[in-house]
Amino acid sequence: MDTYALLLAATLNAGTVLALAALGLLINEKAGVVNLGAEGMMLCAAIAGFAAVVHTGSDLAGFAAGMAAGAALAAVFGVLVIWLGTNQYATGLALSLFGVGFSAFVGIAYTQEKLPERLSFSWPILGDMAWLGPALFRQHPVVYLTIAMALALVWLLYRTRTGLVLRAVGESPHSAHALGYPVRGIRLLAVMAGGALCGLAGAYLSVIYTPLWVEGMVAGRGWIALALTTFATWRPARVLLGAYLFGGLTMLQFHLQSAGVQIASEWLTALPYVATIVVLVLISRNPTWIRVNMPASLGKPFHPG
Amino acid sequence: MTLVSKRSILKLAALSTVAAAVLVGCGKKEEPKAAAPAAAKPEPLKAAWIYVGPVGDAGWSFAHDQGRKAVEAKFGDAVKTTFIEKVPEGADAERVIRDLAQQGNKIIFATSFGYMEAMLKVAADFPDVKFEHATGYKTAPNMRIYDASFYQDTYMAGVIAGKMTKTNVLGFVGSFPIAEVLRNINAFTLGAQSVNPKIKTKVVWVNTWYDPGKESEAAQSLINQKADVLLQNTDSTAVLQTAEKNGKYAFGWDSDMSSFGPKAHLGSAIVNWAPYYIKAIEEVKAGSWKTERTVWGVKEGLNDLIKIADVVPDDAKKRVDEIKAGLKDGSFSPFTGPVVDNTGKERLAKDQKADQAWLDKVDFYVKGVEGKVPAGK
Repeated sequence: MDTYALLLAATLNAGTVLALAALGLLINEKAGVVNLGAEGMMLCAAIAGFAAVVHTGSDLAGFAAGMAAGAALAAVFGVLVIWLGTNQYATGLALSLFGVGFSAFVGIAYTQEKLPERLSFSWPILGDMAWLGPALFRQHPVVYLTIAMALALVWLLYRTRTGLVLRAVGESPHSAHALGYPVRGIRLLAVMAGGALCGLAGAYLSVIYTPLWVEGMVAGRGWIALALTTFATWRPARVLLGAYLFGGLTMLQFHLQSAGVQIASEWLTALPYVATIVVLVLISRNPTWIRVNMPASLGKPFHPG
Repeated sequence: MTLVSKRSILKLAALSTVAAAVLVGCGKKEEPKAAAPAAAKPEPLKAAWIYVGPVGDAGWSFAHDQGRKAVEAKFGDAVKTTFIEKVPEGADAERVIRDLAQQGNKIIFATSFGYMEAMLKVAADFPDVKFEHATGYKTAPNMRIYDASFYQDTYMAGVIAGKMTKTNVLGFVGSFPIAEVLRNINAFTLGAQSVNPKIKTKVVWVNTWYDPGKESEAAQSLINQKADVLLQNTDSTAVLQTAEKNGKYAFGWDSDMSSFGPKAHLGSAIVNWAPYYIKAIEEVKAGSWKTERTVWGVKEGLNDLIKIADVVPDDAKKRVDEIKAGLKDGSFSPFTGPVVDNTGKERLAKDQKADQAWLDKVDFYVKGVEGKVPAGK
């Protein structure tokens, strides 16, 4: 089998966790809310999903539990920042720290558990193709779901009324309010949708990707997802590509190492963050880029009246 | 408006306090003792352990805690043990060690490399307390160090890997390029070459002890490049599980991991700290404790390769038994010259056996390992 086909396959898989979480965060950021709690939500979802699969044996139950856990934590965060007007950044950080500790506490009983073996998935006909089969068509269904979700989000945000309202809430909550839209309710729903997707990402990590549970296993992927939304200048398609880029960099680094090529792996580990800072600097220097894509009320609380 | 923001600040404060408490409050647990000591009995000796991870992680900290439990089983009421888990390396560690010393513990075991400086500082302030540090290199009049010899396990794992591989390519998922890990990689390769001279070892560094996602990605990339027997010195079961998923072979690390990859598992390289802990406590009780460096291995029952799988051919099992016997009576050493590095330079002359000073300074790959050791320390 061609190693590059396998490298491509591994990249798609690695990018999926990042893409799911980043797409979720994109939704709530489009509505004007920054949730720095991604890491904590993903960890809680990872243990919730893992525990659900241990008890029910069903992956779907695991994904559902992960999404529910993510959405529930996001709802708490949403109520705090939207109705009680707490600082979004501080509250998000608190949620992150809470999630790290809480998931570790709940997860103690599950560190020795293991999940049943599953059949691998392959598209009929397509999966049997010579090079493309192993490269693209033998992934877990969630990988394809993620791509579909990114495309759906493009359509939802820019081609539907729902998307228009969501963006209005993020751009100018006062105008949306004046038009009679329930700004706070919409923001809460967006935050919960973001939490649910972060939850799916966490559950995918613990149930399918590794598949195991250990404390702190998200290991910074939540922060990379947050960086990704900025890196992608709040565009869903770019988020997806960025996720594959960041995921691919890790895989490429391992691939080069095992091929005996000498590179500084610490540098590549830092690259997603460096790239994000570069993009931030670039868009800060170019006011039109910001105005076009960054939600104007991002991070700002909204008080009606 | 003001009311709202005041309330929100309170909420925020409450939330952060909870978060901080969860994060900082490393769980302290004292093992309950069944009966109160009778009046005639002498005060029990108080001994404490601090762990970097949770005791339930089936890895490094778990193994140390098994050692602590062995101490309890052996000495019963004569020793009272305490442990503190999940102590971050650095400033927090100093506070925790100081607390333990103030609470009257007479001997304290710090079980992670990063506790070294913290322990050294506290040791200076408590001359009556004995301090023991695992895997470090600094000592004091009342602080000494102890270590295991994992390379003996990896040599035996190598023998098995050399017999089991079909592609003649082995894979190693490394944490950090330090002497200990390089020893493990080299011994693994030498062990494999002793039964199969065509062996090549590919190494991937993940720069972490503990990130299952990365560990499995690294394992996958090794498998993609034809490695069919993997070994790791990272702490999770991810590498073994990735091998299982791909129909390849791998080993368990630190503790028996056979149940995590029933088909992939060839054996588990384990460490059993009990003999050392029992010896240390006995020395404190007898007053014969003195500063020294202890490096134990298979001979003393500290290291072992256990649960060797049924698929391993009998001649490999027999060879592993011979090596164990040789390590026990001192007739065998995994690093026996000539040892040549992968640039062709001789590192250990013919028939010479590696001593501790040589082992401490391993900074190269032996012949057969691909690539270069990452530079910079």
